[in-house]
Amino acid sequence: MKLGDTVLKVRSKNAGPFWVTIDIFCDKPDVYRMVRDRLSNAAVAGLYKVPEQILKRFDIEDLRVIKFSVPRPVVQGSAADRDMHGAQYAALLEEHELD
Amino acid sequence: MPTRVLVPSGVLGLGFDRTALARGVAMRPDIICIDGGSTDSGPFSLGAGQSKYSRAATKSEWRSLMQARAELGVPLVIGTAGTCGTDSTVDWMYDITVELAAELGQSLKIARLYCSQPVARIATAVQQGQVTPLTPAPELDLSNLSNIVALAGAEHIQAALNTGADIVIAGRTTDTATIAALPLARGDAVGGAWHGAKIAECGALCSTNPTSGVIMVDFDADGFTVEPMAETAACTPHSVSAHMLYENSDPFRLYEPGGHLDVTDARYTALDARCVRVEGSRWIPGTYTVKLEGARIGGYQTTIMAILRNAHYARNAQAWVDRLTGFLTGEIESRMGLTTADYTLEFRLIGVNGALGDLENRSGDPVEVGVLGIITARSQDEAAEIGKLINPFVLHYPLTDDEELPTFAFPYSPATTNRGALYEFALNHVLHLDDPMSAFRIELSQTDAKVPA
Repeated sequence: MKLGDTVLKVRSKNAGPFWVTIDIFCDKPDVYRMVRDRLSNAAVAGLYKVPEQILKRFDIEDLRVIKFSVPRPVVQGSAADRDMHGAQYAALLEEHELD
Repeated sequence: MPTRVLVPSGVLGLGFDRTALARGVAMRPDIICIDGGSTDSGPFSLGAGQSKYSRAATKSEWRSLMQARAELGVPLVIGTAGTCGTDSTVDWMYDITVELAAELGQSLKIARLYCSQPVARIATAVQQGQVTPLTPAPELDLSNLSNIVALAGAEHIQAALNTGADIVIAGRTTDTATIAALPLARGDAVGGAWHGAKIAECGALCSTNPTSGVIMVDFDADGFTVEPMAETAACTPHSVSAHMLYENSDPFRLYEPGGHLDVTDARYTALDARCVRVEGSRWIPGTYTVKLEGARIGGYQTTIMAILRNAHYARNAQAWVDRLTGFLTGEIESRMGLTTADYTLEFRLIGVNGALGDLENRSGDPVEVGVLGIITARSQDEAAEIGKLINPFVLHYPLTDDEELPTFAFPYSPATTNRGALYEFALNHVLHLDDPMSAFRIELSQTDAKVPA
C-alpha cells in the first residue's frame, strides 16, 4: 500500500535553506497509528539518502501528523539544487510502499 | 495590557482581501504588522540585495496599509523589507513609502532599522569566538560575500517603535519579531507573544482559507486569541496548532534572539466556530544571539534547453547525455583550454529525474524528454562562450557513430540564455551579542505633507 493512498496529504517544504521538513497528515486516528507503527526511520532516511541518526521525527497524536525533518540533500539554491522550495521531495514518501 | 495586532497577510506583495482588511481596521488594532520576505525563494534576493516582488504590487498594497494606519493612528511595521532585508532593500521600501506619503498627503515619522553586517564586523566577531555554527553549517568562509544580514529580534523593533515612529521599515528580522514586539513591551505573556506571532506570521495560513490573508491576534497576560478577518475563513484548534509544522524543522521549539519558545504544553481551545484561544506556551530564556544569513556569487550561468521527442532518443536520453558530455568536455578543453576544474556542465533530464536527481526511484517510458543544460563558469562571458560552443552539438549529436545526425527541438532562438550570477547561501551561524543593538542601526526621518494645489 502506497502511503499517499492512505493518508490525507504528504507535504514537504524548506525549513530554512539547510533543512527540508515533511509532514504526513493522517487525518484519522487509526490511519495515524498504522502509519506511526509501519513507517520506520530507516525507510525514510533511505528515501532521502541521509544518515538515520540525523533525521528528526515527531509523532504528533493530537494532530494525527507524523513529521520528519532532514538536512537538505543539497543546500537550497546551490548549483546542484533542483527544487528551490523543496516541495517535490514529498513525492518520494507519497509513493513509498508501507512495510 | 492587552494588545491587538492586525496582520494583513503573510507577506507584502502577495495580495490580501480588502474587505477583510477593512473589517480588521474597524476592530481598532494597536498596531499593524506585515512581513516583507524570507529565504524561501532562494539566495538570489540576498545575494543581489533586491526585492523579488514587483515594485508595483508592493506599492499598491503598501498604499492600502498606509491608509489604514492613517485612519487608525497606530504604528505600521514591515519586517524583512524587500524580501531579504539588506540595507539596499530597506532603502527601496523607504523610497516607496516617501513617494506614497507625498501622493497621500501624509506627514510621517519613519524609522528605518538597518540589519546588514559589514564583513569586517563579522570577521572580528569570529576572531573573538562570538560566531558559532548551527547544524548543518557550511564551512565558515567570509571571502566574496556580497551581503550579510543579521536577523533582528523584538528588542530592535521595540527600539524603533520607541522613537514614536508612525512607520517602521525593518531590514532582516525573524518572522515573528515584528508581531511579538509590542505585546512583549506591554507585558503580555512572553510565551504567548512569541507563539501568537508564529501563528500569525503567515497571515491566514493558520485558518481554513489561507488566501484571504488578514488575521487578528489579541495578546494578554495569559496567552492569545486568533481570529481570521475574512468572513469565509475560520481558525480551528487544528488549523492553528498545525501551523507550527509549517516550514519548521521542529514543531515544538522555535529559536529566537535571547531564548526559545516551547509549545509542548500549549492548549488550543475553540472559543466559537472562528476563534481559537491558546494558553500554556512557554518562553525559555537563553544567551542573546542573532542568526546570520549570507550569500556569495558561486559562478555565472548559461543554460540551454533541447527537447527529445524522437522515441529512440527519449528512451536513451541518459546514455545520450553521458556520451554528449564526454564529447563536449574534450571539445571545451581543446578549443577553449578549459578543464572541468574551471567550469561545470550538467544536463538534467526533465521527464526522467528532473526534480529529484539521484533520489529518484521511479522510471517510466516518457513521451518526450527535456534536456536542460546548465553551464556554471567563472565569468558570464566564459559561460556564454561555452554555451555557444556546445549549442550545435546539443542540437545534432548522435547516440552512436553509425546513425544519421538527429535534430532536436529547441524551443527558442537563441537556444542559450545567460542567467547572470549564481548566488549561494554561505552562512548558517549565530552571532553572540552583549548589547542587542550593537549590530543594528536605526535612522529616523520626517516627511512633510504637501498641501495639494
